[in-house]
Amino acid sequence: MRNEAARRARFLRRKWINRVALTLAFAAMLFGTFWLAWILWETLRLGFESLSPALITENTPPPNEPPGVGGLANAIWGSLVMVGLATFIGAPVGILSGIYLAEYASRGGLAMTIRFVNDLLLSAPSIIIGLFVYAVMVVHMRQFSGWAGAVALALIVIPVVVRTTENMLALIPAGLREAAYALGAPKWKVIIHVTLNAARAGVLTGVLLAVARICGETAPLLFTALNNQFWTTGLSGPTANLPVTILQFAMSPYESWQQLAWGGVFLITLIVLGLNILARILSRNTSS
Amino acid sequence: MQQGDRAISPHPRAHMHATESFNVVLRVAVILLSQIRLRMRGGTFHPRRFTIMPISVSAEHRRFMSNALADRLFGLLARGAALLTLASLAGIMLSLVIGAWPAIRAFGPGFLVHNAWDPVREDFGGLVMIYGTLMTSAIALLIATPVSFGIALFLTELAPAWLKRPLGTAIELLAAVPSIVYGMWGLMVFGPVLARYVQQPMQSWLGDTPMLGALVSGPPVGIGILSAGIILSIMIIPFIASVMRDVFEVTPLLLKESAYGLGATTWEVVWRVVLPYTKTGVLGGIMLGLGRALGETMAVTFVIGNMNQLDSLSLFEAANSITSALANEFAEAAPGLHQAALIYLGLVLFLITFAVLVCSRLLLLRLQRNEGSGT
Repeated sequence: MRNEAARRARFLRRKWINRVALTLAFAAMLFGTFWLAWILWETLRLGFESLSPALITENTPPPNEPPGVGGLANAIWGSLVMVGLATFIGAPVGILSGIYLAEYASRGGLAMTIRFVNDLLLSAPSIIIGLFVYAVMVVHMRQFSGWAGAVALALIVIPVVVRTTENMLALIPAGLREAAYALGAPKWKVIIHVTLNAARAGVLTGVLLAVARICGETAPLLFTALNNQFWTTGLSGPTANLPVTILQFAMSPYESWQQLAWGGVFLITLIVLGLNILARILSRNTSS
Repeated sequence: MQQGDRAISPHPRAHMHATESFNVVLRVAVILLSQIRLRMRGGTFHPRRFTIMPISVSAEHRRFMSNALADRLFGLLARGAALLTLASLAGIMLSLVIGAWPAIRAFGPGFLVHNAWDPVREDFGGLVMIYGTLMTSAIALLIATPVSFGIALFLTELAPAWLKRPLGTAIELLAAVPSIVYGMWGLMVFGPVLARYVQQPMQSWLGDTPMLGALVSGPPVGIGILSAGIILSIMIIPFIASVMRDVFEVTPLLLKESAYGLGATTWEVVWRVVLPYTKTGVLGGIMLGLGRALGETMAVTFVIGNMNQLDSLSLFEAANSITSALANEFAEAAPGLHQAALIYLGLVLFLITFAVLVCSRLLLLRLQRNEGSGT
């Protein structure tokens, strides 16, 4: 009889522990989504307030103007150019080395090392990339420049694209390649016309994710592109860009600048989330 | 083009097709390249290799040759791109060491424990920043690990199927939000809330306790180590949670079902079956999050206060981290010892994150290998 009671007590205790643990798990989930909701809500709310046509048509104003004067046109333009250039440099290099890892040397010491190093670079602090480009480019050119900013961003694009390209190419069934080889196609044609073509959507997803990543990167631009208050057409001098402008404006005591910073954060969040969702839709369409 | 060829070429077959002449150029290039490679490997010099074979007459053979050539070029190109990855890591290391060299020579390893930052007298030590970086990351990890575990548990074992996907997506999107957004939100929105509803009550509650009191002294303005740590934890939760979810999902269903069959509760299955099975992966995920937290710049720079002080160990006091010091001072630092000291800090940061990331990758790789051998 007593045995029965002890068993029952133990059962109840286990059930109770289980319930508490699962409730805590549920609470953790709520905790996580709560921050997402809060951050997005505040960004959208405060960003929306500062939205106006001037945000994208006027240049950054001098400090202490009344709120509503000036916009971020030069910063948006500079960011667009640098992100575009970085993608243009980084994506082909990333795709090529992804091809190398997946098609030429999927096993072996060199490929393993490259894969490992690539994973390290993928999560290396981005400010270190900035320091590297500073030492290599800015010091030698004797000035901060948009080119250096674009190179720093390209160095962040490459590992992301390498990773996704390799994964996507590895998913392509070997039969497809063998069929092409059997027809007498040379390797480069097989890769470009068959394998890469079949993995097109996945590779594109990787590039989109990389673009999304560099859109908001601030640290590597701090000592490469620096910032600029004016509209610049070339990239050979300090170049205005959205993230560094946001940093500068948000840390300032001027209300008009802070408001513009919220506008900029709003734009960046919208673009980054949009690109991520687009990439998701793309990869889902191909996987199903 | 063809006119010009005809004019300068003494070769009898002067009406060489444009692509054909291009092929010849390519072949010469490949022959030279292979020769260079041969000599670099210490091989002997073969003059015979320099002779260009007579161009084949058959179009088929020609196409075959040009394809073989394109194959080689393409392979070389891909290999070169892949080697760029290794080169950039080596370049980063090298440039950091070179840039930091004056400071390394002036201060040596004592730099790491020296508490001073005086650009005027050129006396530099990294203790304040290193402490700030380690402390904020520790706080972040302390909060993020249990929460991420809970989220992963919820997503793999509890959530109904229709909820799994959107919630997982939401967590992953949280990981994609740029850190500058977290930083700005932390400074403008979260800081004041933290000061009002957390720091002030904590101060009045713990302020008189001997040991803990010191941790909560200072002005409760929502800026400093604590708020940087909390914002970092919010940033790394998505990373750790998604790795944990992924590794939880590799637990063989058979294993879990057996445990359930023996009458285990959900919690017991997770704690005693899933977690032991995936512990290397879980640890790898946590290390990945730690790597993120250590190297994060923007989220920290906004809220840490950027003050080089270590007089009070209070979590509420403004402080500095390696990344925020770099972000604030580097562009304006005079070339010389000041800049070298900052690069020295960067080198320290790189080495710490490097070690952490290597551990994380090795752990994750080990899990993969186990998984591979198990099936």
